[in-house]
Amino acid sequence: MKIWKFGDDIDTDAIIPGRFLTIYDPKELASHAFEGTRDEFSKDASAGDVIVGGRNFGCGSSREHAPIALKGAGIEMVIAKSFARIFYRNCINTGFLPVVCPEADKISEEDIITPHLDEGYLDVSGKKYITEPVPEFLSKIVEAGGLVEYARSMDEVETCIK
Amino acid sequence: MTKTITEKIFSRKCGCDVSAGDMMVVPVDAAMVHDITGPLAVEMFYRMKGEKVFDPEKIIMLFDHQVPADSITAAENHIMMRKFAKEQGIHNYDIKEGICHQVALETGKIMPGDIVVGVDSHTCTYGAVGAFSTGIGSTDMGFVLRFGSLYFRIPESIRVEAEGRFASRVGPKDLIMKTIGDVGADGATYRAAEFMGGAFEDMEIPGRMTCCNMAIEMGGKAGIVPPDEKTKAWLSQWGDVNAGDFDLKPDEGAAYAGKVEYDVGDLVPQVAVPHNVDNVVDVDEVEGTRLDQVFIGSCTNGRYEDFVEAAEVLGDRKFSDDVRVIAIPASKTEYLKCLRGGIIEKFVEAGALFEAPCCGPCMGGAFGLIGVEEVSLSTSNRNFRGRQGSTKGEVYLCSPATAAASAITGVITDPREV
Ligand code: SF4
Repeated sequence: MKIWKFGDDIDTDAIIPGRFLTIYDPKELASHAFEGTRDEFSKDASAGDVIVGGRNFGCGSSREHAPIALKGAGIEMVIAKSFARIFYRNCINTGFLPVVCPEADKISEEDIITPHLDEGYLDVSGKKYITEPVPEFLSKIVEAGGLVEYARSMDEVETCIK
Repeated sequence: MTKTITEKIFSRKCGCDVSAGDMMVVPVDAAMVHDITGPLAVEMFYRMKGEKVFDPEKIIMLFDHQVPADSITAAENHIMMRKFAKEQGIHNYDIKEGICHQVALETGKIMPGDIVVGVDSHTCTYGAVGAFSTGIGSTDMGFVLRFGSLYFRIPESIRVEAEGRFASRVGPKDLIMKTIGDVGADGATYRAAEFMGGAFEDMEIPGRMTCCNMAIEMGGKAGIVPPDEKTKAWLSQWGDVNAGDFDLKPDEGAAYAGKVEYDVGDLVPQVAVPHNVDNVVDVDEVEGTRLDQVFIGSCTNGRYEDFVEAAEVLGDRKFSDDVRVIAIPASKTEYLKCLRGGIIEKFVEAGALFEAPCCGPCMGGAFGLIGVEEVSLSTSNRNFRGRQGSTKGEVYLCSPATAAASAITGVITDPREV
């Protein structure tokens, strides 16, 4: 497992540039992930790798190609100090768990991460970093394996009920 | 309980007392899909066992990012979407009308108090007419196409209050860039930005669109200007305004999560420097920066009023031979206004390329890309690394007036000094 460390405000144009948005295949998208900004990513990322970002990870466009490209590269988990709203939601919907960890910036590429998300923390080379819980209704979608699977079990939705 | 505009919109829609933080499934009044994120939304609709869309009348479909098709894969995506529209009875505006956000508002289907979603992050633009509108991903849109509703966490709001009158050659784009610089790229995440005060009341709808459009650049879920008589007059060009809720205002004492205040009279032209939209400076700090390309257009600043602002700065002069000037109106309507108003002739004679309505170079997907070490000055909304082509290029953002002044000199220039 390799850790890919990024800074603040990693935008979706960096994750997958606009000229590749006609592509929908996860593997092909993955081959262009971070093209021009971190070229070694598409070559070296492999199954089980983890991305660690700073604040506002995934800001910018609503392109779902971004989480799909990361998934296609084998990334298992994205940990960040905070996420941009649409990216966070897109991750959940594509069945890919975004982990909010306020101390994400302290993680280095040399660390070893063992997630204990049910207990609300990451073990980072022996140190315990608290993670924020996924909002309750979103965890139902995550448990189902994404919004598609969640929606497939429904015939209609009830609206306007708190 | 006192409410923000956002809480009012959701409460009225749901017929119950809704406040920030509540999580609910809410029906949408309109849903916008385009050529880039639409195909995946359609695929998700089918994967969710969708057969018939919830209501073809409420779906706004068009192609704008890669038009006319700039690659075989783009053409194939267009074919797939056309087929879907036909099968489902959805009116498809295809490649003919222009940029999604401008066109969506011109359909007359979006009224104050509506809840609207689009598979594009700048869907927040429709707050210019008092709707709550927000960008979603393709899987969420698949869900909307099937069920006509979506999960929302009702956001808290921040208040952006602006009073005073803009100085000459300073305008809404400078105000919103200044705001983003102050609030920060994630300062409004999970929040709605509600724009209020005399400067917004005086502002015409195109200027309000510019401001709401960029709410996402501070992380905002939506941007909203309270609707008024100006909103009503503008919307009555397109649709039946009797359906709109024109008295939306926040309650006195409503709880806001934050507030920023401006006197726009003090504002000077602003520029967002590479590679973040919140990297905002007064124009004098970057004056003289060499340029290769100037782009006037996009859903942020591609309206007739924007071209008039640029044309006024241009006067009888020519654009510099050292820059490529690309001008693209946001919709067919805006294009025709430019045509009839003599703008196209003026721009072309001054040395610009005046293209048919579409996103153009804004997203670096279609034409007008910049190469290694090239510098673009753009009236669009994002200057991320690689946004308009090479990741070794640079994009600066500014108002139409600053773009025009800079296109004349070939370097970033204060529009008040040409
Ligand atoms: S003009 Fe630019 S920001 Fe607007 S919809 Fe098109 S690509 Fe997106």
